[in-house]
Amino acid sequence: MMAHVQGTLRNDVTADDHVLGAADAPVTLVEYGDYQCPHCYRAHPIVVAVRKKLGAKLRFVFRNFPLAEVHPNAMHAAEAAESVSAQAGADAYWAMHDAIYKHQQDSFDALDDAHLTRYARSAGADPKIVQRDLDAATFEARVRADFMGGLRSGVNGTPTFFINGKRFDGDWARVEVLTAALEAAVGN
Amino acid sequence: MNDHPNLLQAGVRAPDFTLHATPDQTVSLSEFRGKAVILAFYPADWSPVCGDQMALYNEVLGEFHKLGADLVGISVDGSWCHAAFSDARKLRFPLLADFEPKGAVARAYGAYREHDGISERALFVIDGDGVIRWSYCGPVGVNPGADGILEALESLHAAAPKAG
Repeated sequence: MMAHVQGTLRNDVTADDHVLGAADAPVTLVEYGDYQCPHCYRAHPIVVAVRKKLGAKLRFVFRNFPLAEVHPNAMHAAEAAESVSAQAGADAYWAMHDAIYKHQQDSFDALDDAHLTRYARSAGADPKIVQRDLDAATFEARVRADFMGGLRSGVNGTPTFFINGKRFDGDWARVEVLTAALEAAVGN
Repeated sequence: MNDHPNLLQAGVRAPDFTLHATPDQTVSLSEFRGKAVILAFYPADWSPVCGDQMALYNEVLGEFHKLGADLVGISVDGSWCHAAFSDARKLRFPLLADFEPKGAVARAYGAYREHDGISERALFVIDGDGVIRWSYCGPVGVNPGADGILEALESLHAAAPKAG
């Protein structure tokens, strides 16, 4: 049987990634997430909490892994976030990211184009440009590249976390468990 | 490490089979001759992990096709059960019913759990000549993902002489 080492991040964090925290932080947490995934919705405040606990020791990276067949708005949500990032920068991207998860469960159409462009406006981007980018699928390839990179790294559902490049298969839903795993990685 | 001593390994000819894909349609492995095919054995329709695994493969189906491979899912569930499951998950690849005699195909591939009466979560990549080129059996509760399959298909491509 050929070597099949599952759960190692194949693609390093680059300047193209969406990053919170310093490049030289001792721990990097990479999340592969889907904006319409209810588990990712649950994970969002947990990530906020562990970022607070770890402080400067942690760098957080979010990558797209939209399961478009089961979540019909996931692809556009990811593309809209990329559009916001491209036109309004990193702070706007994270505001958009937070807004999408904040509103995910508001209603059945909370992530349709009309709502996504509204969140984009409040994040500081021009909603017309976001809509144009969605219509033209400007950022589809970028999102797809995130997805394929995740797939090759052993992402098999969402959310999937990597701590310093190694897949975290523990219970991310418990802040103390995820925090302990991150703290342990600081020491290594 | 070999927790599954009977699992058919690379280099072995893949045992042929004919199974129901729908209540009135059957599929034989030999029909795929000339093309690579992925067999994804899984324990059961409807259990949450399986749904995840099949949902993931549904997303990646285009990549499998790009690499010249078809995909079939196989479990011991009957074809009516498969039909309902496939419909609910909007799956775009066939699910085969290893139903009568129960688990016979999984047994032939060394991927049957005798005590549980279900198949393992086992993956096989079979080349166009009907030879197994890669196999993998993971823990029954864990989605094995798609990276191993993609890697196997790519090395199949690299090894294959260009068709003339």
